[in-house]
Amino acid sequence: MRIAVCVKSVPDAGSARRIDGGTKRLDRSADGVLNPYDANAIEEALRIQEATGEGEVVLVSLGPEKALDGIRKGLAMGADRVVLVSDDAAAGSDLVATSYALAKALERENADLVLFGQQASDSDGAVLWAAVADRLRRPLISQVAELTVSGSSVTGKRQTENGYDTIQAPLPAVVAVSDAINEPRYPSLKGIMGAKKKPQDIVSLADIGAEAGRAGEAGSKTTVLTLSPPPPRGDSKKIEDDGTAAEQIVAFLEEKKLL
Amino acid sequence: MKTLVFLETVDGKLHAGSLGVLSRAAKLGGEVAGVVIGSGVAGLAEGAGAYGAQVVYVADDARLESALPQPRVDVIAGLVTAQGFDNVLFAQSVLASDLAAGLAARLEAGVNWDLAGVEERGGELIGTRAALGDSVYVEVAWKGTPRIGIVRSGTYAAEETGGSARVENAAIELQDFSTAAVLVSQDRAEQSGPSIEEADIIVAGGRGLGAAEHFKLAEELAEVLGGAVASTRAVVDAGWYPYATQVGQTGKTITPKLYIGLGISGAIQHKVGMQGSGTIVSINKDGHAPIFDYSDLGIVGDLHTIVPKLVELLRARG
Ligand SMILES: Cc1cc2nc3c(=O)[nH]c(=O)nc-3n(C[C@H](O)[C@H](O)[C@H](O)COP(=O)(O)OP(=O)(O)OC[C@H]3O[C@@H](n4cnc5c(N)ncnc54)[C@H](O)[C@@H]3O)c2cc1C
Ligand SMILES: Cc1cc2nc3c(=O)[nH]c(=O)nc-3n(C[C@H](O)[C@H](O)[C@H](O)COP(=O)(O)OP(=O)(O)OC[C@H]3O[C@@H](n4cnc5c(N)ncnc54)[C@H](O)[C@@H]3O)c2cc1C
Repeated sequence: MRIAVCVKSVPDAGSARRIDGGTKRLDRSADGVLNPYDANAIEEALRIQEATGEGEVVLVSLGPEKALDGIRKGLAMGADRVVLVSDDAAAGSDLVATSYALAKALERENADLVLFGQQASDSDGAVLWAAVADRLRRPLISQVAELTVSGSSVTGKRQTENGYDTIQAPLPAVVAVSDAINEPRYPSLKGIMGAKKKPQDIVSLADIGAEAGRAGEAGSKTTVLTLSPPPPRGDSKKIEDDGTAAEQIVAFLEEKKLL
Repeated sequence: MKTLVFLETVDGKLHAGSLGVLSRAAKLGGEVAGVVIGSGVAGLAEGAGAYGAQVVYVADDARLESALPQPRVDVIAGLVTAQGFDNVLFAQSVLASDLAAGLAARLEAGVNWDLAGVEERGGELIGTRAALGDSVYVEVAWKGTPRIGIVRSGTYAAEETGGSARVENAAIELQDFSTAAVLVSQDRAEQSGPSIEEADIIVAGGRGLGAAEHFKLAEELAEVLGGAVASTRAVVDAGWYPYATQVGQTGKTITPKLYIGLGISGAIQHKVGMQGSGTIVSINKDGHAPIFDYSDLGIVGDLHTIVPKLVELLRARG
């Protein structure tokens, strides 16, 4: 079975996230790391591969070339190869444009199962899979906290506002997993060393048969007009525990008359 | 402007969140319609008139019984194409988000999510929203029509204004792939147990507790403070704590005087359920955790050493 996992490189959580006032896009100058939620999707793919003892796990991403630095972590975890769609004309893609280019890349891979993570930690959209599934004309199960693959179908249990649903779909299918589905493995030293030698294809929009005018800013249908700071919060403080945190919490609650 | 609002149904009723968005759409001016999709839902359509819909389209079909997005994309895409709607608005939910994004791809239309407001300005629709964990406020727009918007849950209250709606049938042409996913079973959430919505003090536990049995720490702290214990989706999905205690987008909305978060990262979907808390205290070992951005007191440290000591100090106070 071939499993494609869609992954994104996002700014490191340690860096201050900001939107560039000029381009009105996310400032991506900080080091990129693998979107933490995508590790769950990669882990799930690897477990399916290990359980069946066959198949291939390919990471598919749309982003700048330097995104490879972050995505390589997925190879170190055990994925077999990467396809990164990287093209100046793809910069500034919104959901419609991203899903178009990603679907084109996925069509070439012809995977039995396309997996997504719960959300991109920089945009929190948690929707991309639905647009991609529609373009690929494949059934979709999202928010999956428990996944079983048997023969020619997948079954996912997922939470909604009203409880838990169990949904089944025939393969090929698109599945987005939740961050509770598994505990992602840490890459081993051997995995990290081996990752460098695994195939990492950087392809252009033309390579995947995508029209440049439908990707990037040109293909996007949403725009950001203005940016402004949020209303200020009242006094807030953050302290490192130096052994007196418990005392400081009690003092704070007393001061706020909450005890 | 012609606006269509997706009216989600839950347990044989129109969902209050989508009626809130309908109430807002009615104030945008122009034509306002709703669409109700499901099986045995035709009777619900007329009721939307009271919230400002002039027309309500109904797609009532056994194949639409389960709350799955893909067949609904087929129905709404057909309706938007036939009727020429400029705007299609959704109240955020698990179903509505997937539906809106699928529709965006189908119609090559822009979708802005997490909207905290929509208004009409010179014939254009403008959305306002927060982004990057609410650290920046943004005004957004769309290129071309239809414009698809997903409104953050709880943004607009449903307002009954007493009008009446004309009910019309929507065409139902479903694609094969849209009906391939099927609902096998449903486990309706157990809502009994202590209500976290009533409590003045909430101690919320997240995955940072490390294991189901460590919820004992949260329970001890809640007990000495006279509060109740809440949780995140990550621990509920993992089976550590009951669904009825989950706070957030797919859980409950709480407004206690005091919220103490233990080992919770503070994802936006958790935040939307607890941001109305009076005072927010959080303990997290990662100094970059987003919850610190909206905590009144943030402690960077290990909850396993801090919480037992805190419980001890509070017990000693009596
Ligand atoms: C703060 C912010 C707000 C935004 N708001 C909007 C908006 O309202 N409307 C809009 O159209 N666009 C918006 N965008 C742009 C949008 O985030 C990108 O187009 C994005 O790639 C599409 O979805 P997502 O990032 O929300 O992914 P999500 O739906 O949150 O991500 C889910 C999963 O999709 C996969 N994935 C995400 N991005 C990629 C990628 N580039 N390559 C491969 N797999 C990927 C991963 O598996 C991820 O776990 C926003 C961007 C930012 C930074
Ligand atoms: C459609 C949708 C709906 C959702 N609805 C909800 C919802 O209703 N409610 C909700 O909560 N989430 C919801 N989520 C999930 C949400 O995005 C997050 O995944 C979730 O809130 C994370 O839970 P957490 O904070 O417990 O876990 P994590 O994000 O894993 O955070 C655990 C934290 O614990 C800290 N930690 C670890 N060990 C220690 C220690 N020893 N001491 C101190 N700190 C420690 C870590 O630094 C980390 O920050 C939803 C997501 C989607 C896509």
